[in-house]
Amino acid sequence: MVTEQEDVSNAVVELLRKTVVRLPQDVEDAIRNAYASETDEVPKMQLKAIVDNIDMAIKGNTPMCQDTGVAIFYVDLPKGCKVDVGEGIVEGVRRATKEVPLRPNAVHPITRKNPGDNVGERMPYISRRIHDQDYIEITVMTKGAGSENMSQLAMLTPSQGLKGIKEFVLNGALRAGSNPCPPTILGVGIGGSSDIAMKLAKEALLRPINVRHKDPEMAKLETELLEAINMLGIGPMGLGGKTTCLGLNIEYAYCHTASLPVGLNVQCWAGRRGTVRIYPDGKATYPTHER
Amino acid sequence: MPKRIKTPISEADARALKAGETIYMDGIVFTGRDEVHIHALEYLEKGKKIPVDFKGAALFHCGPIMKKVEEKWVAVAAGPTTSSRMNSLEPGFIEKFRPGAIIGKGGMSQPTVDAMKEFGCVYLAFTGGAAVLAAKGIKSVEGVEWFELGMPEAIWILNCDNFGPLTVAIDAHGNSLFADVNVKVKENEKKARAKLGLS
Repeated sequence: MVTEQEDVSNAVVELLRKTVVRLPQDVEDAIRNAYASETDEVPKMQLKAIVDNIDMAIKGNTPMCQDTGVAIFYVDLPKGCKVDVGEGIVEGVRRATKEVPLRPNAVHPITRKNPGDNVGERMPYISRRIHDQDYIEITVMTKGAGSENMSQLAMLTPSQGLKGIKEFVLNGALRAGSNPCPPTILGVGIGGSSDIAMKLAKEALLRPINVRHKDPEMAKLETELLEAINMLGIGPMGLGGKTTCLGLNIEYAYCHTASLPVGLNVQCWAGRRGTVRIYPDGKATYPTHER
Repeated sequence: MPKRIKTPISEADARALKAGETIYMDGIVFTGRDEVHIHALEYLEKGKKIPVDFKGAALFHCGPIMKKVEEKWVAVAAGPTTSSRMNSLEPGFIEKFRPGAIIGKGGMSQPTVDAMKEFGCVYLAFTGGAAVLAAKGIKSVEGVEWFELGMPEAIWILNCDNFGPLTVAIDAHGNSLFADVNVKVKENEKKARAKLGLS
C-alpha cells in the first residue's frame, strides 16, 4: 500500500479537528498554572473562564475558540514523494471547514468576498521542505486574527543592537495590550532579512513554550524578556493581573552586516498547533495530541 | 449571586451598572462587528431599512461558528472578537442607534467611553477565546440578517439565557477598568525597562 492523496486529506481533517479542539500539553499546563497563581478576583475569573472553556471544548469535541484562523501549514516531505500533498491539504481544509466545523475566515483581501470554504488564492498557505524520514509530516497553526493583528516587524540598525531588540519586544507587548487575548505567547525572530525575521517569529511559536532555545544566550534572553513582560501587569484579557505572557520563544538567523531585522509574532492564549505524521502505509499518528 | 440583566436594556438599567461588577444576560443579543457597523451607519445615512432594532440592544462583537442542524442554526463557538477594531465606528454607532450594551473583549478607546457616558451604554467584557462557554449561554439562534456579509460578519440574532460571566469594564459614568489598568501598566513599564537595562 502507498500513501494516497486521500490519506493526506483524511489526515488533515483529523489534524485540524484535534488542533482546534485541544491545546498542546505545554500550553494547557501553562494556563492551569497561571490560574493557580493569580490571586485577584478579576484575573482569576478570566482564567477560570479559559480553563472551563478548555475542558468544555475537549468534552464536546468542539473548537475552543470561534476564530479557527487561516490555515498555515508546514510540510516535511520524504525524498521522492509522489503524492500531491498540496492538493490533499486543500481538500482537507475544504472538508474540515464543513465537518469540524471551522469558521470560514479566508476572504479576498480587497473585495472581502468570502468563498465559505477557507480556500482561495495561496490559501491554505503551505511551506514545504524535504527531510530524511520516510513519513510525511504536516504541522498546522490555527491562529486567530486578534493576536496576528498585533504582530510587527522592525528593521533596526546594527548599532541599536540587543537593547534595540529588547525595546522593540517590550514595546510590542505594550502596544498589543489587551487586544490579542492575553495571556499571550510571543514568537521573536531575530536576523535574516525582513521576510525571514517574520517567518522565524512565527516558527518560534512551533516550539513548546517549556523548551528553551539551545543557544544559552538566546535562552537567557527568552527568560529575561518573559519576566520583564510579566512585570507589566496587563494581565488576562488586559484587565490586570500577574500573567500577561505564558511563554516567549526566539529563533534567529545570521543577517547582513548592515541590518538587524526583528520580527514579533503575537499568539493569543489559545496557542493551537498540531502535527500529523503520515507513514508509507497510509497510517497517521498525531504526536502533539497523543495523551 | 451575580446580577442578571434582561435585554432590551433601558438607559436607567445601563446607568445602574458599575465598573467591576460581574453580570449575566438574558434575552436577545445581536452579533455585529466591522461590517455590521459600517453597513448600519451607511444604511442609516441613505435612509435604507435596517433589519433589526438596535435601541436598547446588546451588541456582541462576535463572529461565531454556526452550524445548520435540520434547517436550524446552532451556535458552535461564539466568543468575542477584538473590540478595538470598532474604535472609530462605535461612538457614532452609539449616538445614532442607542444600544444599551456592547459586549466584546480588549476594551475600547476614550471616544467610546465618552459616548457611553453621554448616551447611557456599558461595555461588557467577555473572556476572549472562551467560545464554548459563550455558546452554552445561547439558548437558540432566532435568525440571521445580512448573511451575505459572510458567517463571521452577519447579524446573528441570539436568544441568550444566563450568558456570561460578563465584567462591566466600561460603565455609563466614564469609568473604565482598562484605563485603570493602563495607568498601572505605565508605572510598571519603568520597572520592566530597568530590568532589561533600558533607560
